[in-house]
Parts: sequence; structure tokens; C-alpha cells
Amino acid sequence: MNEGLRTREGGRIDRSRGLHFSFDGRAYTGVAGDTLASALLANGVHLMGRSFKYHRPRGVLACGAEEPNALVAVRRDAARYTPNLRATQVELYEGLAAHSQNRWPSLAFDLGAVNDLLAPFIPAGFYYKTFMWPRRAWQWLYEPRIRAAAGLGRAPTEADPDRYASRYAHCDVLIVGAGPAGLAAAAAAAASGARVMLCDEQNEFGGSLLADDPRAAAAIEGRPAPQWLRETSAALGSNARVTLLPRTTAFGYFPHNLLGLNERLSDHLADPHPDLPRERQWQVRAREVVLATGAIERPLVFPGNDRPGIMLAGAARTWLNRYGVLPGTRAVVVTAHDEAYPAALELQAAGVFIASIADVRARDDGSWAARARAAGIPVLTRATVLGTGGRRRVNSILLAQLEGGEAGAQAQPCDLVLMCGGFTPSVHLFSQSRGKLCWDEGLQAFLPGTPAERVRSAGACRGVFALDAALADGAAAGAAAAREATAPARTGVCPSGAAAAAAAPPAAGGGAGFAGALPQPAGARGRAFVDWQNDVTTGDLALATREGFRSIEHIKRYTTTGMATDQGKTSNLNALGIVSCTLGKPIPEVGLTSFRMPYTPVSFGSFAGPARGELFDPVRTTPMHEWARARGAVFEDVGLWKRARYFPRGAEHMHAAVGRECLAVRNACGIFDASTLGKIEVVGKDAVTFMNRLYVNAWTGLAVGRCRYGLLLRDDGFVYDDGVVARVSENRFHVTTTTGGAPRVLAMMEDYLQTEWSDLKVWLTSTTEQWAVVAVQGPKARAVLAGLVDIDLAAAALPHMSVALGRISGVPMRLFRVSFTGELGFEVNVPADFGPAVWEALWDAGQAHDITPYGTETMHVLRAEKGYIIVGQDTDGTVTPDDAGLGWAIGKNKPDFVGKRSLERPAMTSPQRRQLVGLLTTDPQVVLEDGAQVMAQAGARAPARALGHVTSSYHSSVLGRSIALGLVAGGRARIGETLYVSVPAGDIPVQVASPVFYDPQGRRLHA
Amino acid sequence: MLLIDCPYCGERPELEFVYGGQAHVARPAQPAQVSAQQWADYLYRRDNTRGVHAERWRHTHGCGRFFNALRDTTTDHFRATYKVGEPPPSAAAPVPR
Amino acid sequence: MRDLSAARCLPLVSASTVLHALPPATRYVLRGGAEVRAAAESAVGCGIPARACRATLEGDRAALWLGPDEWLLIAPEPPPGGLAAGLSEALEGLAHSLVDVSHRQSALALSGPQATTLLAAGCPLDLDTSAFPVGMCTRTMLAKAEVVLWRTGPQVFRVEVWRSFVAYVSQFLGEAARGII
Repeated sequence: MNEGLRTREGGRIDRSRGLHFSFDGRAYTGVAGDTLASALLANGVHLMGRSFKYHRPRGVLACGAEEPNALVAVRRDAARYTPNLRATQVELYEGLAAHSQNRWPSLAFDLGAVNDLLAPFIPAGFYYKTFMWPRRAWQWLYEPRIRAAAGLGRAPTEADPDRYASRYAHCDVLIVGAGPAGLAAAAAAAASGARVMLCDEQNEFGGSLLADDPRAAAAIEGRPAPQWLRETSAALGSNARVTLLPRTTAFGYFPHNLLGLNERLSDHLADPHPDLPRERQWQVRAREVVLATGAIERPLVFPGNDRPGIMLAGAARTWLNRYGVLPGTRAVVVTAHDEAYPAALELQAAGVFIASIADVRARDDGSWAARARAAGIPVLTRATVLGTGGRRRVNSILLAQLEGGEAGAQAQPCDLVLMCGGFTPSVHLFSQSRGKLCWDEGLQAFLPGTPAERVRSAGACRGVFALDAALADGAAAGAAAAREATAPARTGVCPSGAAAAAAAPPAAGGGAGFAGALPQPAGARGRAFVDWQNDVTTGDLALATREGFRSIEHIKRYTTTGMATDQGKTSNLNALGIVSCTLGKPIPEVGLTSFRMPYTPVSFGSFAGPARGELFDPVRTTPMHEWARARGAVFEDVGLWKRARYFPRGAEHMHAAVGRECLAVRNACGIFDASTLGKIEVVGKDAVTFMNRLYVNAWTGLAVGRCRYGLLLRDDGFVYDDGVVARVSENRFHVTTTTGGAPRVLAMMEDYLQTEWSDLKVWLTSTTEQWAVVAVQGPKARAVLAGLVDIDLAAAALPHMSVALGRISGVPMRLFRVSFTGELGFEVNVPADFGPAVWEALWDAGQAHDITPYGTETMHVLRAEKGYIIVGQDTDGTVTPDDAGLGWAIGKNKPDFVGKRSLERPAMTSPQRRQLVGLLTTDPQVVLEDGAQVMAQAGARAPARALGHVTSSYHSSVLGRSIALGLVAGGRARIGETLYVSVPAGDIPVQVASPVFYDPQGRRLHA
Repeated sequence: MLLIDCPYCGERPELEFVYGGQAHVARPAQPAQVSAQQWADYLYRRDNTRGVHAERWRHTHGCGRFFNALRDTTTDHFRATYKVGEPPPSAAAPVPR
Repeated sequence: MRDLSAARCLPLVSASTVLHALPPATRYVLRGGAEVRAAAESAVGCGIPARACRATLEGDRAALWLGPDEWLLIAPEPPPGGLAAGLSEALEGLAHSLVDVSHRQSALALSGPQATTLLAAGCPLDLDTSAFPVGMCTRTMLAKAEVVLWRTGPQVFRVEVWRSFVAYVSQFLGEAARGII
């Protein structure tokens, strides 16, 4: 540490606790309480970054979230590498390793700085004009180069190992910002008994008070300010109704008073507990919000204003008073506002030589100027800056009086330039809440106007700068917010008319400051930066207006001013001032760009929260999942479900396993877990009426104990879902849906029932998870079940498509005789907890009959051999029942059902519609690809109209050849024709066939 | 995330709800009797309101009920929520506090 | 035959805040109008709440309002006296629906001083007792799972979860607990 740059006492640091850290690999020492920026300054390091476009050497400009230059990466390990952190917000810890960005090979010597010399050739929007031709160069030259140069920082190379937490919270009053106004608001709100939350992005509460010289601090409520701060924070902390959140940024304001807060829990710790989440994202629903977000000091725009060592006056005060750091030894102050004077005087008292104060304003009779002169500091009025010198640190400044021109200019040596252009209220969150901003001529600032949410602003963020006034403003806002939040009979989140109108802020103390570029005598040279981070200069803005841009939104996009993390924090008003001046329009007419969330960058991890890895989504498993897992089943995801896809034996691949399982079902018997099928119990005296109105089928004639294949359309006439429906009793239907369709079918049923047919006495209950379903399919299925159930399984007693209630091994059961395989089959429904035991019982009984477990892939092949569709695979939302070959299911005599009217439209009955057919390749070993296009002729070249496409395609082991289903225009009339399936390798000839490939008479089904 | 006043359960976060499109679009009582144009209007034609919009919501992860709401599409503020079958309250009514 | 593998007690946060699986229960979803509610009470052996989002608990029987015509009835297993038979008799002639969902879902109990904090990691409702008092119940979301949340004591919640979401909900609460140090 450079001892000479650290004050001997004072500040909110602990000089007895030294902390080692490194910057670009070089070792330094700081102390507890430092930020990375303050520790570097204490070591005499001002060069902290390179600018984005020109790679200009940059030092720290500000001391908080608004810092545009000192963007660094902090690395804990390969996976914990966080780019684009503002060094002013990085709390120092033992062993911290930080790196500068946007430079190569080093920060001090950066080859990219050649861009700075090329600056005349790369003005705003240069990339819109430059890389026009040759066009082909885009692919191999321009885009790769631009991509390599674009972006700041780099991403970590490994997955983020940290944990991130989430929290919903609710309160009466949320206060954002714990400066004087915010603390006063919190104290007032808490005093009324309200539930209060107070958050602040800094590690300690106090806001502007933290930057005050404690010896010169004002008194608050009869106590010295530091004591008031300590005692107020402690009182709030001990109040059980108050939640205090330091290191917590309110990054976004969402509708209905929902605010997103990001709490940083471990980034400041050298050795965080492994269970401690790195960040916690809060979603806070506040009945009332008080914004006490303060104001950001405005830089001045003059040539060469971006050299390291040129910083905001308030930042310099903060380095001195909060961190005990002298940011330089010989300073020149340039100001348009009184606030720079106390900074100059305090730095002078700490030993910094103040060479002069250049006040751009005309008056010189202010008391501050007098005090400065009394302290021996020359004060220049009507001053301007013609330029600065120095490469990696400012070493001189050229001051002039406006009347004098360059002739009267005086160069002053210095290693520190303080500037103060006034203060810009932080209205980001208010603007995000869709509140209207109003231009205040007296303050030369946008202030919160009519709110759109239940929100108040207090203190500097609404132009109330003076400490006493800000405290009173905060207390009033906190009390009013608590009163409104807890008012009886209060509902809703809309702002109230009367209460919303805020009291007008008092007149500006210390002057309005300056917005725009400092006036320059003719012939002044050098670039004056408006947006440090994006390297936008006055020249870029002037160029944009010369080229015809008038809207500030367009100028922003053309020049990139106010983009990235800046979001207008330091650049906004100066840019507006310059454009206003150039266009000759007042600032409010130039307009204002949107303040976008997040206020400062928020990590992806914070948004993901716990939803990663195993918790990314629920993993739903069936009651029999463990059995399948133990048998080595390969699972597939179907929605959130894990379903056994096939059961490989030994080293068997899927193709072999599926072939074996298919043959086992066809020749003996297979056992299949069908539990994921959606199930809905439709119960009530109007149940059959409801089913008639909803499904295409006729239900009135369905006897109790019988099942029917049900087909559900949307009202546009297209297939929506299907499934077997059983009439369990007169007024009770057991409806099954596809696995993925269960929630949406239930939602659709509820929609019609509640909003169109609310007169029907029928109710819907999801029973998907009530039942475990074991399908036993194959010629031996009856023999497997026979010894376990108390039901007559004879074909005459329990024919295909029937249901019986009984018991299996003592367990209550709904036994369906149904088949999705084309074989004799049963589906055993038992209460889910009994699923594993019943499965085991069936498995044991099946051993004598060569029972084989099979999975969803086998099920798909078996059903395709029979031409049974899968909704969503063989249909795509444009398929009618007739298209799918399911016209037979429609109840012909019903006056209406969902979708019926649409089916009567001429286009829905055209014989040229795409119809489901079978496709048999000429070469029986060729398996088509799902989704491949079906063409009328071989050798078709784009653009060519396809006749349709392949929807399902498999190798069928029982048929010893490939089979496919497809939707083909006029397909049923083409049976026997040869068509061509177009694939990159050429055309595959296929014959159009019936979609039922196996047992077309259905003898096996009815066995 | 909006805060929605379910007529049965009170104010609940939007996460529990599913949006149901424009309200008061009645399915024709006898679809067979309506023209193709009328049927197409029922199926596909919806307002694109700037201002107060009558719309359906369902408290899917709550009481499960559909209900209607008047929402100002320019501010996202709800003017009212009301049960299915009830007429919409006057949109000119003062904003509920 | 019951799967008791989830019955173990999971201490979360500290020994004082715990999550454990509750024993199997008989559950019915009862649907119908006000007359059904009134007629069912004697058969259930417990008042059936008319008020939205409220549960009644009498002895070992509970009735939870889930919707204006929907109640979840919970009784110990096996139900003494045959709950279903009694209900069917009591509701004879009244339009209603009674569906057995005993196995559709299972119940977790979360109790202890950090219970609301853990739930707040994934539940968007205000769980302060002023907004969610003892005796309140509702369907809601817990992270990505739908649950029925019932506050049975100032620091005790019963969470009814569809069976295939139990593992997710347990893991989620465990993860939330790890974050509280």
C-alpha cells in the first residue's frame, strides 16, 4: 500500500485488518471496508480499464453503481469468474483476484488502443456504413471479426457451481434506498406498526451520509449524523416487523408493485460457507413503495474528460471520507454546482493541493466561492476546459475563461481533476413502474410525476437534495405509505388519485448544475466524452443529428449512448443537453429514452434460482418406476414423466430390444406400465349429456360396463385428444386421455362446463394419479390374469372394450379389456399405492406364460402395425377425424358436439385433404424418417409442392419389414400408387397402402 | 406478475391463473344454424383493445373457477373482476381502491 | 403394501423445523352445491366450510374448501364406518360427485419456526398469519408443483401433493433449507 495515499484516521475502514488482493496478477494490500476501487486508489492505481470501442485508458469516474469505466472480472476459480463488475461495488476480501478487461496483451499496453488512433474513421454508426461490400466478406471476414471485438468481458468456462436462492415476500411498505430519506421513511413506517422492508445496494446503510466528513457532519434529531445512522439502523434491525436487506439491489419494478431484488450473500466473503447461496432473488409484493434511490452526480463534458484521474467531485469526497483514500495530490476542480466546493475544501484539509476551482457559472459572489478563496484556492468563474494532458493518468488541464478564448488559457499541472455538473435524480425504478417523468426547469432534471403504481419518491430522487429536507421528505413519505398500506378496506394495486400527487420539491440548493457540453471557444480540439462506457462523444451526437436523426430513441441506438450497464446513469442528461442544443429544442421536447431493467446487471444464476439440475423441473415417476429401474429400463421423457422406453437384455441395443419385446407381445404376453395415461372422472346426473356435447362420439347408447374410443376435437374441427372412455355407472365415466394431454383436456372440459354449459350437473375430477395402470397384452394375457382376479374373463363375459369392477389379489380394481397393441389385452387399474404389489403379482403369474416387460417404444411400434394414431405425432392440429380415418367414431345423429359445425365447412370435407395412409417402402429394409416429405414424382427440386409427410415410421419385426404412416393429399384414393419420399440422399419409392398393417380383421383383438 | 382479484378467493398472484382470452364471446346455441361467417367470427375474430378489455381468466391453481375481468391494456390495471354469467360492471366506474 | 420409503423425517434448517410424510389417509373430492355441503356434514362427521379457503378439522376428520363447489375430505385410513357408503346415502337424490382420491396425493407436514420462510422460497402467497391464518387452506403453487397448502398451526402446514410431485416438493424444500444459514 502506498502509505502516503491513505489517511491516518477516519473513514469506515478498519486499518488494523489488512487484506491481500491482486489486480491483473500483481499483489496489493487493502484494508477491511475497502472496495476494489478504493484499495487500488490507495495503492496509487488509477488505470482500471480500457474503454469499449477506442480502448482508451480509463480510471475510476464514480464511486458506486454508476461507474462506467472500472469494469473488472473477479475470479475465484475457473467456474467462478464474474465479468463486468464495477470495481466500485466489489467489496475487498482476503485473496480477491481481479482482472481488467478489454485489453490485450495488458492493461498498460493494449494493442486494441490502435482503435483510438483510428477514431476519425470509426464514428458512431460506422459499422452500418463500412462493411457493405463485398457482400460475401460478411461470412468469412466481417462478422467473425466484429463478433470477436464485440462484447465486454468473457464468460466463465465451466458450469456455475454456486447455489442461488429465491424468496417471495410481502410487505406493507418497501423502501428502496437506505440513505437519509430512505432511513427516515423506514423509521416512520415502522413506527406505525407496518410490515416494512428496506433494501440498499451497498454493504452498509447510510447512502450519502457515508461520504460525509464525520467531524463536519450535520446533526440529525439532535444527534451527530453518524450516531443517528447507527441508532436508526439498530432500531430498525431489532424490529421484528422490519426486514433489512443490505447488499440488495432493487433491479426491476414490475406490474402491481412487484419488485425484483437481488441480494448478494457471499461475493464479499473470502471463504463462504459452502451451503450459503451466492445470491437470493426476492420477489417482493409491496402494498406501498417508497423510492429513496438518491441522485447521481453528473460529469462535465469537455475535451479530454476521460483520462484516469478525472473523476466526480462527490466520488473524491467518498474516497476521502468513507475509505480514507487520497485520490491525488494536486487537484483542479471544474464545477457547475456548489457541491464541488465542500469536496475541494475537505480534500484540501486532508492534504491535497487544490490548484484552482474553475466554475463554469457566471456568478462569483456565492458564499462557497468566498470560502474557497479564503482558504487560498483561486476560483475562476465563467470558466471552461479546453483540454487535458496525460496518457495513463491526467497530468495537466487547460483552463480558460469563456471570453478569453485560447489566448487566455492557462495549463495547470495536476494529477486529479474533480468535476461536478450537478445531480441527476435516479428515476430508473419510477420510470420502470410506468410513472410519468416531468422536466423540472429549475433543477434541470427529470423528476417523478404522476405515478402508475402505488409508489412515492422521497429525497434526492425527486429533487429534494438538502439533508434536512430529504429527511423530512422521507419521514413524510414513510408515514403516508404506512397509513395507506394499512388503511381499512384497502384493495387493489392501482394508485390512488389524490394521494399520488406528490408535493412539489423545494427549489434547488446549490444550483441546477449543467446539462450538455461545456461551451468551447472556436477551434477547440479533442474529444469530449458523454458516455464513457460506450465511447460516445459530443461529435458522435452531432454527427447523428447531422445525419438526420431527431428522435432521442433513434440517436441512442445510432450512437449507443446510455446503453449497457450505464442505462443513462451518467450520460443521459448530458446527451439530452447536447441534442437539445444542436436541434434548438428544449430538453423536454427532445424526450427521454426508456430506463430498462435491470438497474445494474443481475446474474443468470439469480434468475434461475433453485430451478437447475434435479430441480429444473419436477421429475414425475410412476408407482412402478423402481421396478423398471431395477430391471435396467431405458427411460424417455414424456412431458414431466419418466417412462420406460424399452428393457434391454444385456448389451442389447434399442432396435433389438424393441424387436424382441414386440414379438413377445404378439406371440405370448407383455406387461406395460400405462399409469401416466391421463384420467378424468366425469360424474353427475348430466354426465352423458356432457360427454355427448364434448366428444364426437354417441354416448347415450353406451351401456354401463362398456368402453368406447373417444375422440375430442376443438371447435375448429381438428383432433385435440383421444382415449378410451368407460361407463363405470349410469352417471360416472372413467375418461382416459393421452399422457401429455391430461391437463389441457381437463382445462378444456372445465372451460366448456363452466362458461358454456353451467346448467349441467356434472363435475370433473382428475384421477390420473389415483390409479396405477398395468397393461397385460398378448394372446396369453387372459391366462396370466385368470388366477388373480375375481372376474369372469371369458370373451362373452368380458368382451373387447368392456370394463368390470372387482378385485385382484384382494386389491380393488377397475379392469378394462382394451388394447392399444391389437392383441387380446387388459388394463388393470388399482389404487396407486398398490401398483408395485399388483405388478409383481402379475409378473409372477406371467412367468408361466413367458411374460415380457415392454416400454413405450415397443408400444409405439405395436400400435403403428395396427394403424392406431398417436395424437400429436400422426396429427398436428390440422387433422380432422376423417383425415385420420376416424370418421366412423362420429355420432351421426347428434345435433352438435364440439367441432361439428367446423367439420361442415367445404374445405373440411375436400377429398384432396391430407389423409392418413400406410407407406411401404419398395425396399422392406429401408426405414423412413419421421417428417420426411412425400412427393408425387421422383427427382423433384425445390420449389416443389409436397403431397404430405411421414408421421410415424418403424421396423416391424412381426412383419419382417419397415412400416410407416403418413398424411398424404387424397391419400386413400392413392392406395396402390407409388410415391417418393424425398431425403438428402435421393428419393425413396414407397407404395401407398392401408394404414392397418397387421391383423386387419381384428381377430386377435377379440380373441 | 399481476395481482388478480379472484371473485372467490381474493387477490392472488398471476402465477396461479391462466389467461382465457376475450370474454363474452358466446358459443352459438345452435351452431348448425349459423352461417360460415358467423361461425368463423366466433372461432377466430377477437378485439384488440387499447384500453379497457373484458377478458377471461381461470384461477387454475386456486379454486379452479373461470371468471371475467376488465383490464386496462394500457396500464395492466384491473377495473373489476366478476363471476361468469354476471354482466360486466360499467367500465366507466371509478377505479377500485 | 404401502410405500413407506418417504415416511422418514427430514430435519430442515435445524432440528426444530422438520418435514415429514404423513400417514396414508382416505380422501374424497366432493363436488356439488350448498345443499350437498349441508347434507354431507353428518356423514363426514365434520363441518364442511362454506367460506372460501377455509378448512375445518374435527377429531380426525377434515374438510377443506378448494372451490365454491369443491371440497377435499380427509379421514384416517381405513375410515371407520365406511365414509363413502355413508356419504352416498346422505347425498341420495342430490346432484353431486364423489371421487376417491386417497392414492392420488399424499401429505407432507412442515413444521417449525422456519416453516413459512421455507415455503416462501417457492410459494407466491403471503404466509403471514394476518394474510394466511391458521385454518386457511388453498390450492397454490410451490415452485413448479401445484399443492394444497393448509395451515394447521401457527408454525405448522399440511401440504397435499400429487404423488408424482412429492419427491420434487421434498427436494425443493430441502434445497431452500440449505440456503438458510
